[in-house]
Amino acid sequence: MKKDHSLPILIGAWILIYLAFAVAKPGVFFSLSNVEQLVRQSLVIGLGALGITYIIVAGGIDLSAGSVVALATVTGAMTLDQTGSVGAAIGACLLTGLVCGLLNGVLITRLGAGPFIVTLVSMLALRGVAKGISGEKPVYPEAPQWIGQLTGALTAENRWMIIPPGGWIWVVCTAAFAWALRYTTFGRNVVAIGSNEAAARVCGVQVNRVKVATYALGGAMFGLAGLMLLSRTRTGDMSSAMGAELSMIAAAVIGGASLSGGQGNLVGASVGALVMATINMGCNTVGLSNWVQEILTGVIILVAVAVDRLRARQLSVAG
Amino acid sequence: MLRAHGLSLAFGATLALQDVSFSAPAGRVLAVIGENGSGKSTLLKILAGELRPQAGQVEWNDQPLRPGDDQVLLVHQELALCPDLTAAENIFLGRIPGPRYSPAQLQDRAHALLSGMGFPEIPAAGPTRTLPISQRQILEIARAEARDAPVILLDEPTSSLTQADKQKLYDLIRTLKARGRTILFVSHFLEEIREVADDVVILRDGVKVAEGQIGDFTDADIVRHMVGRNVDDFFPRSDRTRGECLLTIENLTGTDDMPHQASLQVHRGEIVGVAGLNGAGRTELLRTIFGLREIKSGQVQVKNLASLSPRAHWRTQTGFVSEERKLDGVATDLSVAENITLPRRQGFLNRPAEGRSVAQRWIDELGVKCKDPDQPLQDLSGGNQQKVAFARLLHAECDLFLLDEPTRGIDVGSKIELYAQMDAAAQRGCAILMTSSYLPELQGICDRIAVMNRGRLVAIHDGRTVDSATLMADSIQ
Repeated sequence: MKKDHSLPILIGAWILIYLAFAVAKPGVFFSLSNVEQLVRQSLVIGLGALGITYIIVAGGIDLSAGSVVALATVTGAMTLDQTGSVGAAIGACLLTGLVCGLLNGVLITRLGAGPFIVTLVSMLALRGVAKGISGEKPVYPEAPQWIGQLTGALTAENRWMIIPPGGWIWVVCTAAFAWALRYTTFGRNVVAIGSNEAAARVCGVQVNRVKVATYALGGAMFGLAGLMLLSRTRTGDMSSAMGAELSMIAAAVIGGASLSGGQGNLVGASVGALVMATINMGCNTVGLSNWVQEILTGVIILVAVAVDRLRARQLSVAG
Repeated sequence: MLRAHGLSLAFGATLALQDVSFSAPAGRVLAVIGENGSGKSTLLKILAGELRPQAGQVEWNDQPLRPGDDQVLLVHQELALCPDLTAAENIFLGRIPGPRYSPAQLQDRAHALLSGMGFPEIPAAGPTRTLPISQRQILEIARAEARDAPVILLDEPTSSLTQADKQKLYDLIRTLKARGRTILFVSHFLEEIREVADDVVILRDGVKVAEGQIGDFTDADIVRHMVGRNVDDFFPRSDRTRGECLLTIENLTGTDDMPHQASLQVHRGEIVGVAGLNGAGRTELLRTIFGLREIKSGQVQVKNLASLSPRAHWRTQTGFVSEERKLDGVATDLSVAENITLPRRQGFLNRPAEGRSVAQRWIDELGVKCKDPDQPLQDLSGGNQQKVAFARLLHAECDLFLLDEPTRGIDVGSKIELYAQMDAAAQRGCAILMTSSYLPELQGICDRIAVMNRGRLVAIHDGRTVDSATLMADSIQ
């Protein structure tokens, strides 16, 4: 049996990209505070990429992720504004995501309309809901200190943390999600459905229930991403996270997810988010324009897909 | 004892199954035979609980079967495995103990199960997509064993297996039989049915037309029951006159050494068959000739033109029928008419009316069973889809036919029709190069039979006189 080396290759590629920028701009890139900065920038996309990877592995897609993130910042900010309770705000963000995900999942499985269409609809509609409940204005809540610290720059006495608490939440989530996909029955059922839905159904896997669970789980992660965004901007902004779903999908694909389902790597997805943030940050530091960044990001995704195809060809023996 | 009482099911106006009753005792193998569309698959799906009959019921040991209690397990023709899961996970899919489970433990259980079935060599830990198709099939049967299902239904289990793998499967069926399993076996191959089955039920148009012990039926009886008429000229062979050479290949070597240094000539007025095991390179040979695979060295000359693309081949009256009907044989979303006219579209505009009228001619000529030329091809049975794929060549007025397993997995009636069409084409001076895994068919209609073995064309025999043993020996040496 051939071994799958794509994750080490991806991490190696990321380090190379990082080093390239470090050489171009020494001093700035070789510092812990730069790592911290990188994590802060990739956190929202990275958390969302974990959720969307589960959805993609099960053979689905979620285009509403960005809208859910924005809606979660709005509901979180409004809850914070009205109750002043951080716990309630966190709950509101997660619950918003969970409910949106459940709604997507139920519509997809009940309607049988295909995840692309259903989540395209919810992408538009949920953005509308966010605008409606916030009165088309950003919400600036009275935020206590520590909600900002979740993703904020570390103070001198907190230096030992290396990355902000939000970053650690991301690390833990990545590990937990990766473990769950490999070592739980739920995770294997997700792979089974994305791999061959009919076969899974024949074998008695509760296909619809598992699918709804992936969208709900994904939704909760988008809610969590919304919380992080709220922490960073301290604003409930209905027009934030525009197009974030595409960045999350890109991170998942760079990480090794196949849009035809059955394949995906959670650690890869998180590294994918870091790769994109590295390019973004590196180009800014070196002084390259935005359009160069965009082309570079596109090329990286293309390379990731090409590497994945080559690997697939190597792994399959008889086709 | 599995018992079916008066099973009936209609899809719209079509009676798929009409009052079918039979019983299958434990420890015996029951073969279910019939043409495609005779109701075999419907019957199996009802037994497996995937379809509900409109009348009748199924009993196991005098208890009515309920769906979901796993007494009956159907091994699908289109394999129902998840390529991204490991072999062990596929075997226990839906039954993996959870929420946490140990892959190592599951693999041990899978390995023990597979060893007990006589297949210790199948790796339980690797992803299923890397396993050869023969081993994947075993996994599906292992799935039934893992659930301790007393009844196992095998739907054309050998359609994609090599001879050696078939033998292993027969051995496995005997093992299961000895364990007291009830086995239902669907197949198109009579030899195979004689090899493993004890009893037989024959279906035609959804009705049971005969049943009994296999030993009480001759091959001719079985075919007569299946098609409902006497088949005198199963393999037609009219007088053919060999004419000019249309296809010459010389030292042809393709990608991955398939084929390897193959040389062959095919003339007008002859049918040349290519025999060999699966993986011997027969498909690759035809696809290389038709320009679907790269030529590494050597030459392909079709009507004195070298190395043509598929498009150029169609334009010079050379046609190809693919082995993989669903993959690149036919476009199942398109209509019958569009499929037939696909290689020979002219002009910029699509003229549906014109397409329909020419298609109707071929529908009548080949006896394609369809509502009208506009019907999407996916509604047709495999045999009728294959007739449409063949009609393409007639419509394009081809005189060189490259046919890759043209009769694979289709019913006897459609086979007979295709044999007659091929014979007629050869008689009017067309050249035909065909592959087949079914030796009697090659011996029945071919003038010459070439044997392929690991990419090489090792021998060419006279199709009328060569015996199966010689062909088999050439294939495996």
